[in-house]
Amino acid sequence: MRIATANETYRADEALLQTNVQWAWIGVLVVAMVAAPFMLNNYWLYLACLVAINVASATGLNILTGYTGLVSLGQGAFMAVGAYTVAWLETHIGTPFILNLVAAGGTAALVGILVGLPSLRVKGLYLAIATIGASIILQFIFLNWDGVTGGSRGMNVAPASIFGVQLTTYFQLYWVLTPIAALMVLGAANLFRTRVGRAFIAIRDRDISAEVLGIPLLRYKLLSFAISSFYAGIAGGLWAYFFRSVGPESFTIGESIFYLAAVIVGGMGSILGAIIGATFMTLVPEVLRFGVEAISPYVDNAGTLLSPVRTVVFGALIILFLVFEPQGLAEIVQRIRRFFHLWPFRN
Amino acid sequence: MTNMEKPARLDVEGLSLSFGGLKAISDVSFSVEPGSITALIGPNGAGKTSMFNCISGFYKPQQGAIRCDGKDVSRLHPPQRAKMGFARTFQNIALFRGMTVLDNIKLGRHAHMKTNLLQALTYFGPAAREEVELRAEVERDIIDFLEINHIRHMPVGALSYGLQKRVELARALAMKPRILLLDEPVAGMNREETEDMARFILDVKEEWGTTILMVEHDMGMVMDISDHVVVLNFGQVIASGLPHEVQQDPQVVAAYLGSGDPAALMKRLAGEAGMA
Repeated sequence: MRIATANETYRADEALLQTNVQWAWIGVLVVAMVAAPFMLNNYWLYLACLVAINVASATGLNILTGYTGLVSLGQGAFMAVGAYTVAWLETHIGTPFILNLVAAGGTAALVGILVGLPSLRVKGLYLAIATIGASIILQFIFLNWDGVTGGSRGMNVAPASIFGVQLTTYFQLYWVLTPIAALMVLGAANLFRTRVGRAFIAIRDRDISAEVLGIPLLRYKLLSFAISSFYAGIAGGLWAYFFRSVGPESFTIGESIFYLAAVIVGGMGSILGAIIGATFMTLVPEVLRFGVEAISPYVDNAGTLLSPVRTVVFGALIILFLVFEPQGLAEIVQRIRRFFHLWPFRN
Repeated sequence: MTNMEKPARLDVEGLSLSFGGLKAISDVSFSVEPGSITALIGPNGAGKTSMFNCISGFYKPQQGAIRCDGKDVSRLHPPQRAKMGFARTFQNIALFRGMTVLDNIKLGRHAHMKTNLLQALTYFGPAAREEVELRAEVERDIIDFLEINHIRHMPVGALSYGLQKRVELARALAMKPRILLLDEPVAGMNREETEDMARFILDVKEEWGTTILMVEHDMGMVMDISDHVVVLNFGQVIASGLPHEVQQDPQVVAAYLGSGDPAALMKRLAGEAGMA
């Protein structure tokens, strides 16, 4: 049972991690993440890299949708902008890896600001539709601007190289993707300890009174779009280095829905939520696939019969979460924390 | 008190506001002296909250000026006015429910803080320093002052109505107010909560020296704590002066209780029927 945290300075009371238990958990996580590539086979390493990319993108969308309350279905398109930027720079200029990623984020942020312009006037569903419209326009550009995007053929991306080492295996990519994703999550967590993050939450909760309290609405809504699409752009750039090719089919509206679902299932407006949500959404289909394989000896044609069932179960899981745990998976974690804080007493 | 700001003088001059054909405020003028408590009273629909919304920048009046120390602010956006020291609370509490009490209060300082995006993402150097300084100041000058130490880490949704009102006052105080606009600070409160709030408002005046303009229906409190009272009815100023003077004013009595003379009422009704 934990009574309270006794902090002696305000600095300690403002820290991200308050208790030794939290530090211990972070330690366990870091050790697990460092050990993982040596324990996992190539397939699971592939998934781990994909989780890192998805966590980065979902964290970005969470800033916009979960914290600022602006529903966006354009995250996939912003990722595509980042992916194409990386592909173009690698092919035509050959600038270094990190610079390409920053450029990918920057380009996506500029596009994000443009797409965010209607957000001063429209909210909720209307804004979601406006971002779908923007995605369709971007999709059209990717498909038809042959000179830059390679049209329907798309583009191949040279492997990323860092300090002269070419990153071609999942093992190598893991060591780059995971720290970048971790840094991005840390950035988002920091953001909400300062005036910028508070302004976002204020806009989500009551935009009109936020303005009277000194927050210029248009500037902060566009800033939220910019940060969110910057995250998406970097995630898209990593995606391009990971799959080594980009085409107009890489990022469909389905991708945007995937990220929105990840944020909702994980927990809107929670840093932990985006992490768990993106991990859950990436891994559950795989876990279900193992389930299917496990029962295949007992059921004829299990593979053909059950793979559609897997999709249905996955969809049903999302619906069940929305109904029974609208605050997302992060709320379950909080509940477990509370249980152990109060243990052995019941609340 | 470290964050004591020079109190502002507020002058409203010939202000008119209409929605379509409906005149909410017509040609209203009054002044709020620096460091005083001025109450804006009047029956429901008299235009008090509209007046507040003009002063804080929600509404753009068609005519007239709002002057802060002589400077016309009626064309400035709400965030610019916030930065000048206009702070307000709302009639129906407008706290941010997704944040703790402490974060709500800290949010009030937004316009006066300097942390930029890059510093915020890294929480490095100046950002951390600014946050910790703000925290210390908020704890010392506001949380202790308003006696809300015990709830600082609670989500605002979990608080009682009276405490939520107090947190709203705390948030307004964090805005470095030079003029504090309180929209019905004790509406819906019981006697004890009302007395607490009245004491806090007086303390703000005494210790912070802030100019206070409030809209309030609780006449007992208005007469007890205000230095000056302005009475609105149907969007016009019908009386203003010291509390006891206003109380005696026949027009004010008529506005609140209706005219006591049946003949006059019949005459007015007949006149209106004739007009229609």
